Amino acid sequence: MDEQFAIEMLNITKIFPGIIANDNITLQLKKGEIHALLGENGAGKSTLMSVLFGLYQPEHGIIKKDGVEVKINDPNDANALGIGMVHQHFKLVECFSVLDNIILGVEPTNKLGVLKKDEARKRILELSEKYGLHVEPDAIIEDITVGMQQRTEILKMLYRENEILIFDEPTAVLTPQEIDDLMQIMKNLAAEGKSILFISHKLNEIMAVADRCTVLRKGKCVGTVETKNTTAEELSSMMVGRNVSFHVDKKPAEPGDVVLEVENLTVASRLHKNDAVKNVSFKVRKGEIVCIAGIDGNGQTELVYGITGLEHAKSGSVKLNGVDITNASIRKRNTSGMSHIPEDRHKHGLVLDYSLEYNLILQTYFGDEFTDKAGFLKRKAIREYADKLIGMYDIRSGQGAVTSARSMSGGNQQKAIIAREIDKSPDLLVAVQPTRGLDVGAIEYIHKQLIAQRDAGKACLLISLELDEVMDIPDRILVMYEGEIVGEFDPKKTTEDELGLYMAGAKRSEVHDEN
Amino acid sequence: MKTKSSLLKNNAVQSLLCSLICVVLGLLIGYIVLLFINPNGAGKAILAVIKNFFFYPEGPARAKYFGGTLVKAAPLVMCSLSILFAYKVGLFNIGVAGQYVAGAGACLYAGLAWQCPWYVCLLLAVAAGAVFGAFSGVLKAYCNVNEVISGIMLNWIGLYTVNILLTNVKEDASPYTNNLASFNSSAILPTLGLDKLFGNNQYVTIAVPLAILAAIVIAVILEKTKFGYELKATGNNKNAAKYCGMREKQNIIVTLIIGGGLAGMGAALLYLTGMEQWSCSQSSVPGMGFNGIAAAFLGCLDPLGSLLSSFFIQHITNGGGYVDKTMYCSQISDLISSIIIYLCGFVLFLREFINSRIAKAEERKAELAIGKEAENAVGGDE
Repeated sequence: MDEQFAIEMLNITKIFPGIIANDNITLQLKKGEIHALLGENGAGKSTLMSVLFGLYQPEHGIIKKDGVEVKINDPNDANALGIGMVHQHFKLVECFSVLDNIILGVEPTNKLGVLKKDEARKRILELSEKYGLHVEPDAIIEDITVGMQQRTEILKMLYRENEILIFDEPTAVLTPQEIDDLMQIMKNLAAEGKSILFISHKLNEIMAVADRCTVLRKGKCVGTVETKNTTAEELSSMMVGRNVSFHVDKKPAEPGDVVLEVENLTVASRLHKNDAVKNVSFKVRKGEIVCIAGIDGNGQTELVYGITGLEHAKSGSVKLNGVDITNASIRKRNTSGMSHIPEDRHKHGLVLDYSLEYNLILQTYFGDEFTDKAGFLKRKAIREYADKLIGMYDIRSGQGAVTSARSMSGGNQQKAIIAREIDKSPDLLVAVQPTRGLDVGAIEYIHKQLIAQRDAGKACLLISLELDEVMDIPDRILVMYEGEIVGEFDPKKTTEDELGLYMAGAKRSEVHDEN
Repeated sequence: MKTKSSLLKNNAVQSLLCSLICVVLGLLIGYIVLLFINPNGAGKAILAVIKNFFFYPEGPARAKYFGGTLVKAAPLVMCSLSILFAYKVGLFNIGVAGQYVAGAGACLYAGLAWQCPWYVCLLLAVAAGAVFGAFSGVLKAYCNVNEVISGIMLNWIGLYTVNILLTNVKEDASPYTNNLASFNSSAILPTLGLDKLFGNNQYVTIAVPLAILAAIVIAVILEKTKFGYELKATGNNKNAAKYCGMREKQNIIVTLIIGGGLAGMGAALLYLTGMEQWSCSQSSVPGMGFNGIAAAFLGCLDPLGSLLSSFFIQHITNGGGYVDKTMYCSQISDLISSIIIYLCGFVLFLREFINSRIAKAEERKAELAIGKEAENAVGGDE
């Protein structure tokens, strides 16, 4: 062997009942390289990582560290081998300081069990200087930015002297500027001899930072390529198995009457004492898609709650088709022309233990169509309706209408919600991160549906954290920062960098919603 | 092979199997305890518990004691229905005992003090239980007071209130309430000839079919109606229920009102037979409500399952009375039945265990099948 591999996963096969999650996958991570792992949701990335962390035992295949076969039975073994991971959702104790979080589990103590924090602080500062990871050791996690929280996670791995660093979709929560910083940090780490596995489905990031890229599709390894010898388009077709159009074709918008009018809306926060939404005003018209862009946690969630009625408005008003619905019940809003694709499909969108058909009637079960006068459900009508939607929206599931929603894939769960909400034929469609966690194929589908709704003369309010989506889909962009709308843009006339500055709070402009 | 595993996966089969395993385990542990206390009579004692009314030779006597078990199983069915109904909505209605007490107080007081006929007594018992349930429900919905806490508190409030209330209608010489049959025979539930079927057991009344009817009604509400759809959605995912505009606060209150009504009705189904009198000096909440929890779980939270489980628990409890008291102290029957009831709580745990084993076995089979397929594929290529 002429090349030195830090970790090798050779011919890994992992089988679950009814599905081969990993089929003979080989992944070789060289010392000091940044290796991207690319694949759609359900392609087997998480399973492969779980095998590496000892959460699953593979049916076939071996794992080698530095050329020697190792057995990883549980995450402790993985830690002992120097494998560390930054999860997509950080595993930090919110009310602890940065330093406390870094030393958690490996606390340096003297013989009496008293913490030696000074020693830890010194090492953390050394590490942060060496790799350009700026953190404030004594800041409390809940007070610092997402970027710094992520750097804390990286320091956690470095503090444990991990050699193999896994980043699971690390850029999903960052601003464009923070993403650039992270890319630089990853390059620094690789230059210092750390081996990095970078899990992502964002092709331009992979092209920018990775040396090599392994592509998975449907549990199989499609291949490993050098990024300098390939293009984003090629990677994409490897991942999906066909060519995908990145840019959504759409006609120019023809905005009509105002459907949603939000005026000076203020919504209190559940997390802190300040208001999460401060005095926000905007309008959404028929036949246009308005997108609220911003970094996660800047009041978008609460704004949607205020509009859809999940949270009471503190002040201000919300009008739907000219009718004041500020204090209307959720049912009233849902039946007077508002549809809501919620941010969290498991928390709000679905009753996971219900069958697919029961989930498809969640917004309409009480109507004459599905309930008779005595209050009994019309099972036959429900089944027919469910079968119709399943066919129209191509919702795939194991047993059709009676499949438990829990057992369906994320993409099909989302399709079920979209089918339910669009089929109500709403005047206003509020779609909150409708493509979150979905693969390229499903994203393309959902974008087409949104634009079809717009072209059918509906008003769409899209809330998105994905810059690609923000640039491609809407007709107008409103940027939200710390509960306020700090800028309005025409997607054709702005750039991602400009949006990024507004999203990070570095710039703001007066928004005059005159149209 | 395939039919075997799919049979095991079948919900009803699984429930029945797990319940049976728990019952056998409970009997086994009970037997071991008896062995420790007095090895000589253990086998006979545990058989006596299991046999219960089969102790008597075939004929009217056996039928009469069988009827006695049914009479006490009816209120237990109601209590377990109360528990499982609330449980489907995500509520643990431990206040069932207090709701039961309230029902007992209301029906006895109405029967003895106001000389009401049985149907009025029954309705008042339902209403009293429902009011108690409503207390818990309102506290839960509007003040976010955990229904377990408020339920336990209400159990005691109910017990002492009912004790005070029923002291007005008790016998002079004892702490027991007046005999309902002799004071107001119109308050006794009609038998409709059922007593004849059970060796002239006068306590076998319409309470038994009423309890069965209640179980069927609850099953229909939960499975077939819009109301049941809403309740179960609220129980499974409160946030989704709110998102689609269900009034989850109202649903919580209505659920506990219905649960309370069921428990109150349970009390009426026992006390309006005249079989028992209320002791106004009792200082512990009657066990019927708490046994309802065990019956609900042993019945795998299924209304029809709770019919079987309630009968079984009552069978064991009554059976305890047949244990030879010269060899064992009189509490032994309670001990045995409580061990069995305790193990009933493990039904759901056992079910999970069986499911995970099935999943593992299937994983292995899938692997084999894929291995074969791969072989075939290779063969085909060549």
